[in-house]
Amino acid sequence: MSIEVRNVSKSFGEFHALRDVSVDILPGQLTAVLGPSGGGKSTLLRIIAGLETADSGTVFIEGSDVTNVAARDRGIGFVFQHYAAFTHMTVWDNVSFGLKVAKTPKEKIRGRVNDLLKLVHLDGLADRYPSELSGGQRQRMALARALAVEPGLLLLDEPFGALDVKVRQELREWLRRLHDEVHTTTIFVTHDQEEAMEISDQIIVINDGRVEQAGTPDGLYDHPVNDFVMGFLGPVTTLGGTLVRPHDIRVSQRESAGTHAAVVERLVSLGFETRLVARPVGGGEPVTVQLTRNQIHELDLHVGDTVHLHASPGAERIAVVAAAPQPVDKAG
Amino acid sequence: MGKHALRYGILAYLALLLVVPVAIVAFRTFQHGVSPVWDALSTSNAVSAIELSLLITVIAVPINVGFGIGTGWLIARRKMPLPWLVNAVINIPFAMSPVVIGLAVFVLYGRGGWIGTFLFAHNIPVLFTWKAMVVATVFVSLPFVVREIVPVLEELGTEPEQAAEVLGASAFQGFWRVTLPAIRWAVVYGTILTVARALGEYGAVNLVSSNIVGSGLTLPLYVGNRVNQFDPTAAYSAGLLLAVISLLILVGMTSFSSRRRATKEA
Amino acid sequence: MAVAPPRPRVVPRPVLVGLGPGVSMLYLSLLVGLPVAAMVGQSAHVSAWSALLHDPQARSVLAFTLLVALGVAVINTITGVALAWVLVRDDFPGKSVVNSLIDLPFALPTIVASLVLLALYGPNSPIGVDIAGTRVAVLVALLFVTLPFVTRAVQPVLLTLERDVEDAAACLGARPWTIFRRIILPAIRAAALTGASLAFARALGEFGSVVLIGGNLPHTEIASQLIFNDVQNDAPQTAAAVGVTLIAIALVLFIALTLVTRRWMRNG
Repeated sequence: MSIEVRNVSKSFGEFHALRDVSVDILPGQLTAVLGPSGGGKSTLLRIIAGLETADSGTVFIEGSDVTNVAARDRGIGFVFQHYAAFTHMTVWDNVSFGLKVAKTPKEKIRGRVNDLLKLVHLDGLADRYPSELSGGQRQRMALARALAVEPGLLLLDEPFGALDVKVRQELREWLRRLHDEVHTTTIFVTHDQEEAMEISDQIIVINDGRVEQAGTPDGLYDHPVNDFVMGFLGPVTTLGGTLVRPHDIRVSQRESAGTHAAVVERLVSLGFETRLVARPVGGGEPVTVQLTRNQIHELDLHVGDTVHLHASPGAERIAVVAAAPQPVDKAG
Repeated sequence: MGKHALRYGILAYLALLLVVPVAIVAFRTFQHGVSPVWDALSTSNAVSAIELSLLITVIAVPINVGFGIGTGWLIARRKMPLPWLVNAVINIPFAMSPVVIGLAVFVLYGRGGWIGTFLFAHNIPVLFTWKAMVVATVFVSLPFVVREIVPVLEELGTEPEQAAEVLGASAFQGFWRVTLPAIRWAVVYGTILTVARALGEYGAVNLVSSNIVGSGLTLPLYVGNRVNQFDPTAAYSAGLLLAVISLLILVGMTSFSSRRRATKEA
Repeated sequence: MAVAPPRPRVVPRPVLVGLGPGVSMLYLSLLVGLPVAAMVGQSAHVSAWSALLHDPQARSVLAFTLLVALGVAVINTITGVALAWVLVRDDFPGKSVVNSLIDLPFALPTIVASLVLLALYGPNSPIGVDIAGTRVAVLVALLFVTLPFVTRAVQPVLLTLERDVEDAAACLGARPWTIFRRIILPAIRAAALTGASLAFARALGEFGSVVLIGGNLPHTEIASQLIFNDVQNDAPQTAAAVGVTLIAIALVLFIALTLVTRRWMRNG
């Protein structure tokens, strides 16, 4: 299913969750809506689902205006951050709920639920109650429940947000494989750029109620339109008044045109990678440079050395507008 | 002994205040065997009191359970206008003396009252009939279900209802198949408390009852009436019947109290 | 205005959405609001209040009611906290039975409570203690029906208190009484006060449990009996004035309670 959101705005009292947002979702793709907490991304997902009404604007699914269509009639699957498991029902009853309210014949329900439980690796746990499942199992059950009604569109609201790091990593890879199997148009909301970069075909970056940029993961990483997107999608550092990725900085012992002199403050070895922190001689924020261990040896760098830094040719650079943007904490 | 002084002191206090008196009533009641008790409870006056208590309970409890679930849901889902006022009104029956509640019903439905004037003009007797006693009972037992289910509904959150909606369930299907089962123990617990209050209420129904033996007395009113008429056998028999019912209710309360707040249990 | 939390929306169902709160409000106002308003209206007569003020018996009844309710609140605070302590921190066979027994006064009809006390402490007392018709009997009856309030308020708070804190205080050389006063009391005082206020409010308006054991005597009469007798004597306006007085006292009490506990929470 293709989705078009046109000029949607939504406020909660004085708080503007979305301001004139327009996005296009291509059919069959796995799209990530990425942004910081409170930026409006969940609201956008809930408006597409019909769980929230926009103050203004239109939502089209497959070209038809669904703005005033109830959530139950939009043919979508929705997975909530905290699973929204029906705690008084077994896994089987949870997954078959949508089919039962649609008055699907018993035989068909049995086949479909069996298939789905196999798909999400919960076969054998059909008689368990949600309280007897782990967090990851509950979230897979919620996914199976959403997929049971064969939705044309699958929406996931921070689906792995409540899980620990290891389970989250497993589930995200599993979601990508699942998507490659079923090809349902899927939108998921996340604040984790790594998660978005790793599994999505398309990323929509939302901040402060606005779409900052939309595009492929590589496109956004390599050609961010502004400092926010650049900072949100990966580590950045400031060099001579511009934002640069730490791995795009070249270190040299000789001064030349366009280089910035700095004194090495710290060398942090992180295995293969070594992080160099240097303080510009002319003052300003320390610069972080990402180097390999070999490069450090070749350059014979030590704390207290003066080095000359410049951005590598072709590196993405963005002028710092006002105060230097806060480098975004990836785990945030 | 010194180490456990507090334990034994508090147990003695409980014994003197609660256990011994209740045991004495049981002893007094069965002092002369079971047959006097059975006879006392089979008199037409006693039977009429039991019937009136059951009638009032059977009407008042479903009203408060039904409206209580609806009102509790509206409060928890923030759909009530003037929430502070609604909250205050729901707590009034707990903060007010049952006699004052009886008086309020008496004044409203009595001669010259806002509703009473209309009723008397059209010759519809309410005050001093079982109808006024139902109204008073609904009043005193109104908060139990609402207060039990609101915190559970709030803890449950809206996501299960929304999940049901996205899966194609109607609002009614979502409520009936998802929300209500999730809060069922709180509903049961609130209902038990409502039944206990409806069966046991004395002050509020006393003021609006005709107090005529054989037609206007509930079981608690009958107990008071028998004591005042120096008929201890009937008083103790009826009192023990009520005590047995409340012991059953207590057992129910104990077995449901741990489950009532848990929405996550299996 | 503060930022409103995002509220879930229900797809418009004009009939249900509009009707639900309306029906609910109607239910609450017809069954609770209207009778209370009618009674307040009934009391709005100068004659009712002057009759109340000029009746020495009514004045002494109200004074006794307030006094005995206060006594009940104080005694319950002590026994209730002790009971909660025993139930949470002590361990003995039959503890769970005792724990359920606490709720008996809530489950037992008030008239049965009165009958029960009459059987033990009445004219035919098997232990030879006849206090029927005395003010002590009123106090005992009120202690019976209000027993659970403080215990049930304090118990959950005590359960969440970490033993470690007390152990740490003990390691620092604090004596048991100091630990109670400095560590436990500040933690449970809001709950204890709330329980005591509920007990006070209940005692203020209690009727069924005192009618038999208290007798209907001038010196044991409490406010609810005064109302009852006024209605029997065809003076509903005076009864309404007493009723409004009771409501006003309860209202002041709960506002004060809210203010005090809120302040304690801010400081704690």
